[in-house]
Amino acid sequence: MTQYKVLPGPEHFLPPAAASMGIRLPNPGEGHINGVIVPEEQAYEEAARQFLMAKVPTIFPGPLVLWAWNEKAAKKATAVRHLYETLKECVTPQQHAMLIPMPDYRPKYPKINPEVEINPNHPNLTIWHNKIDCCMFVGVHCHQANLSLKIIRGGTSCYTIAMCAQAGHEDAMLSFRDASVEKIMKLAEWLRKLKGTVKVSQMVSKSGASN
Amino acid sequence: MDTNSVIGTTNKKGQVITDARRMMFEAPRTPSFYTGSEVIKEAIRRANVDVMIAYPITPQSEAAALIGELFAEGYVKEYFRGESEFAVMSECAGAAFGGARVFTTTAGPGTMRAMENFPMWSGARLPIQMIVTCRGINSPLSIQPDTLEIAYLLNTGMLVWHAETAQDFYDWILKGYIVSEEPDVHLPLALCCDGFFVTHTKDMVNLTPADMCLPPYDPYRSPVPCMDMECPPVRMMRDPFVMKSNYISYATHASWQQEVWAAVERSRKHTIAWIDGLIETENVDADVLIVSSGTAVSQGREAIRLLADEGIRVGLVKVKSLRPWPGQEIREATKNAKHIIVPEFNVVGWMAREIKASIPNSDRVVCGPRVGGGMTMPPEIIVSEIKNALGIRSAAMAGRGS
Repeated sequence: MTQYKVLPGPEHFLPPAAASMGIRLPNPGEGHINGVIVPEEQAYEEAARQFLMAKVPTIFPGPLVLWAWNEKAAKKATAVRHLYETLKECVTPQQHAMLIPMPDYRPKYPKINPEVEINPNHPNLTIWHNKIDCCMFVGVHCHQANLSLKIIRGGTSCYTIAMCAQAGHEDAMLSFRDASVEKIMKLAEWLRKLKGTVKVSQMVSKSGASN
Repeated sequence: MDTNSVIGTTNKKGQVITDARRMMFEAPRTPSFYTGSEVIKEAIRRANVDVMIAYPITPQSEAAALIGELFAEGYVKEYFRGESEFAVMSECAGAAFGGARVFTTTAGPGTMRAMENFPMWSGARLPIQMIVTCRGINSPLSIQPDTLEIAYLLNTGMLVWHAETAQDFYDWILKGYIVSEEPDVHLPLALCCDGFFVTHTKDMVNLTPADMCLPPYDPYRSPVPCMDMECPPVRMMRDPFVMKSNYISYATHASWQQEVWAAVERSRKHTIAWIDGLIETENVDADVLIVSSGTAVSQGREAIRLLADEGIRVGLVKVKSLRPWPGQEIREATKNAKHIIVPEFNVVGWMAREIKASIPNSDRVVCGPRVGGGMTMPPEIIVSEIKNALGIRSAAMAGRGS
């Protein structure tokens, strides 16, 4: 049994991959929070709580839901849009919900525009620039998502959530697996359910990494 | 394509595309008397392979030729010969980048010649399956069995399994595709066996029905996009992160490598489920244990039988998967052993090193006996090694090779 916990950083210039520290992915019907396997229902509640607690809760949709490459992707994109609209409705005026796309994985040189996009090769730049303290990846290829999640954990204090269509991500602080339209909609329902019950975080990052 | 949507349909050869769990664990089996090379052919007949690329080198040439027959029969969609092993492995990468299920075979110097490709396969998350029918690689030339090449594969980021028998080989070829194509794994598999001992000897093998085959590979579950010249991983072949020489590019490069090894770790769960554990054990409460992989395990079994006749009880640990490495399982299995004997078919003793690095009190490990290519390992030399460890006078029959 590992003692390692997947927690908000900044952890290290090069934090270990959580899988290499003994963190295991959830089975169907489960999620994980900080590397501990939990029933999926608990993950919904905690994800909604983290979104509502954050000053800048942000959704990062990736290419798998940004492009209508099949019917399922188009439906998922609609669900992501619904989640974003719901998030905006549920936060207070002091909070600033955002949706920033990850349209592709090309390294952007000489400099990314962090106001309009996030890139898996240097995701910390977008987190830092927008002072994002809670984010959710959805529709990002798993390898690229893991790169991003680990770099974010390494250099920022942002809380990371993965809505993964495959087996989940142990490098996120919270992960769903087998993401579907229904699961994205259910997370939106949980936001509505917890609206007004969660206090916005007053935390200021010690490193100033994301706050 | 949703893989589940094609289950129950037939392919052009009339094979029913079958749920992998049902095919491997529930379908009736037919005992058949085959060589290891023929077993490779029979497994590939049922594996729904898109592309096989071949190059002749002993002792895998026969298997490569037999799969050519499968192509002629229509079971493999594409088959051709590369210009060298390096070319073959590069072409395998191209086919896998394009979303095909890819198979190849190699051996000894061929493995070494193609070596540059293997970390590239892993780094690009290509779930290619490569059979390695191990043979000598070092000069003076030997085409005989020798597992030295496995030592070089262990740090490529590939999954590495080591089959003892033709039955292992048959089952693991098919199960190997399932594990290595899992989206959280998605890595190449080097499925190794000891050349000639497994490839050129006949054995009874229980085969799944020939009219069933695995579901096709679904490239849309890949953790990286299929061929895209502008996006990593393909772009990284011409435009690597580290060429930018800045802090975040180094971090990205390093994180990418960590992710490959994280995927090896993730394969642990699937490998355990599909091949029934990373190790197999017998009588691990004995004071003396033989721990090894491949046909050294078979010779170990015979040594255990010989020693049992003399009233000496010896246990056995068969290591099935080398990557992921079963460190925890070996620690647990060897916790009570006073002497751990590691017979190996190579001169350097890579297995003994791996075991020593995994357990407490590693001076319990007896690094031998070893044979370095070209000969079998008489069980008597394992017996002799065990007797020496126990302080029983025994005629020396072979050195440790180094």
